[in-house]
Amino acid sequence: MILRLDELPLRRNATVSAIDWDGIGPAEAKRLREFGFDEGVVVQKLHTGPIGSDPVACRVGRMTVALRRRVALAISVTGHEA
Amino acid sequence: MNPLPLVALVGNPNAGKSALFNALTGARQKVGNYPGVTVERKSGRFSLDDGRPVELVDLPGTYSLDPGSPDEAVTRDVVTGHQAGERPPAAIVIVVDAGNLDNHLRFALQLVALGLPTVMALNMVDMAERDGLTIDAEMLARELGIPVVPTVAVRRRGLDELRAALGKAVGSNAAPVAPEVAEAAEHSSYTALQRRARAIAAAATTRPEVTRDAAERIDRVLLHPVAGLAILLALLFVMFQAVFAWSEAPIGWIEDGFSVIQGAATDALPAGLLRSLVVDGLIAGVGSVVVFLPQILILFLFILVLEASGYMVRAAFLMDKLMAGVGLSGRAFIPLLSSFACAIPGIMATRTIDDPKDRLTTILIAPLMTCSARLPVYAVIIGAFIPARDMGYGIGLQGLVLFGLYIAGILGAMAAAFILRRTVTRGAAGTFMMELPRYQWPDPRDILIGLAQRAWIFLRRAGTLILAASLLLWLLLSFPQAPEGRSQVEYSAAGRIASVLEPVVRPIGFNHEIALAIIPAMAAREVAVAALGTVYSIESDDETVLEQTVTERLSGRWPLPTALAFLMWFVFAPQCLSTIAVIRRETNSWRWPLFALGYLFVLAYIAAGATFWTATALGLG
Repeated sequence: MILRLDELPLRRNATVSAIDWDGIGPAEAKRLREFGFDEGVVVQKLHTGPIGSDPVACRVGRMTVALRRRVALAISVTGHEA
Repeated sequence: MNPLPLVALVGNPNAGKSALFNALTGARQKVGNYPGVTVERKSGRFSLDDGRPVELVDLPGTYSLDPGSPDEAVTRDVVTGHQAGERPPAAIVIVVDAGNLDNHLRFALQLVALGLPTVMALNMVDMAERDGLTIDAEMLARELGIPVVPTVAVRRRGLDELRAALGKAVGSNAAPVAPEVAEAAEHSSYTALQRRARAIAAAATTRPEVTRDAAERIDRVLLHPVAGLAILLALLFVMFQAVFAWSEAPIGWIEDGFSVIQGAATDALPAGLLRSLVVDGLIAGVGSVVVFLPQILILFLFILVLEASGYMVRAAFLMDKLMAGVGLSGRAFIPLLSSFACAIPGIMATRTIDDPKDRLTTILIAPLMTCSARLPVYAVIIGAFIPARDMGYGIGLQGLVLFGLYIAGILGAMAAAFILRRTVTRGAAGTFMMELPRYQWPDPRDILIGLAQRAWIFLRRAGTLILAASLLLWLLLSFPQAPEGRSQVEYSAAGRIASVLEPVVRPIGFNHEIALAIIPAMAAREVAVAALGTVYSIESDDETVLEQTVTERLSGRWPLPTALAFLMWFVFAPQCLSTIAVIRRETNSWRWPLFALGYLFVLAYIAAGATFWTATALGLG
């Protein structure tokens, strides 16, 4: 089941299947990589912002990272079975 | 004299680098700037285990040697020996968070591959243990080919061992770089480095089945869409409450102190020009500014604690969407909050905003946040013209007007950002990407060092710029000396300048006295109170008495619409030379400070005018 990161239910493990690197700006792509985002990495969506569920806070590796929804839209994930 | 060997402290953001820097150097720190860029250079001294002194420099935190901002470029240039005005480091200390090795080792591998004498501080091992992780430091050392010292900077653990390891590294030739490290770094692709980093981290870390995560559970409350916002608002309320409530006593002591000094100077000097210069000009001028020190320190106490605990990034997270509405990012929240104390540190704090357009917009609107220097002006005018009527629920009309002035500043700033982002600072929408660090108890010593640095910056400003402005104001008001029977204020240079300015400000309800007061207030807003005091020829030296009498003298003298217009003027007008100077420095051009000066004056003129005309039309005059 392929979802976009922003659609993933809270606190559910998922594996990053694809990232639309060209769809986000180069500076944002660089930061995403620096935070450890990559194809094949396990992520979780942990929290969402108070207005319009934006931004989103995700777990990647041992880090918690805040992103805007616009960037989360570019990240496709495969949800693990609950 | 040979300069001391330089040791550079490098690492990812949130690795505890600054805490380690404070723990090693204590209060012996120097804060400066790298030439040509607005990047702070923080350095200090300490002695190695064998007694050799070294200079330690705290480099800006970064995730890689591929810079995304001026800060990060400085870090790269210092460790590679290419930074102008900096000697190549004799050794580097890589600071990593023991609980986040996956990520931090990638940058560490890049640094190790530089081949400098290197020591790793495996920091925050206590927090990693709390989360159930065990880390094999010896195995890490073998894999990386450098000494690895477990530390807990905030508890000052592992410092002696670190000094000993550095003692061996400084002056030695670096050990050859391990072939696996060199290979991974050579490809320098994130993927290759990241894989190697993950492999080493996995090998050196023993983790339990389920790792505990304290931050995640706290965040369920603090980032909750409803509860989280309510807590943030409550915190801000307590903070502003404290700024006023806790500062009362210390402000009294400072005022008493300055009265004593004024008394002593009055006794020591013969009556005449010199005594007037020292007592009315210099001591009163500087004293009227130094009284804000307690409020500024209380506000910074809150900001430093919130920052060190890890909460500030959460506040930015909660505010991001709101800020995005006017074209800013959640990152702008922290500088704007600091600007309530003073726009100068606020504008300096915009350095953490990566996007240049976002940063510039934040700099341009920071002066609209009601800084503490406006308070005495507000206090005097509100006291003189707004009746102390009880509006019920324990809310007074005067307090309500004060609150309204704060809100006017915030709304003005938001509107300005909205328009600026669509005109002069137009560009691609910025973004918001931040690491949410783990929560930790702030180290009181780190907070004290931060407060001392703020206090020093503020007092230095009072001792130089404000002193000069007070002197100039006194000169303009005292010369040329009026002949017998003529008013000194009217006859003086300042009075004549005010007569020229008067026709310009007459349409927005300002009279001659106000025209006179807003000229010296250009240097610093709070001078307006002293200027009005002098204009209405009050012979009192004591600050509190001065304010009371200004208030008493004013009530009834101005029509209400004029008083309201005067208040609105101070909400928007760029009445602070230091702010303009700091915008000049931070944007590295004259264009933006002049633009800020222009747009803020136009805004102030319109806002004051609109207030005056509306109030007059409503028959409040």
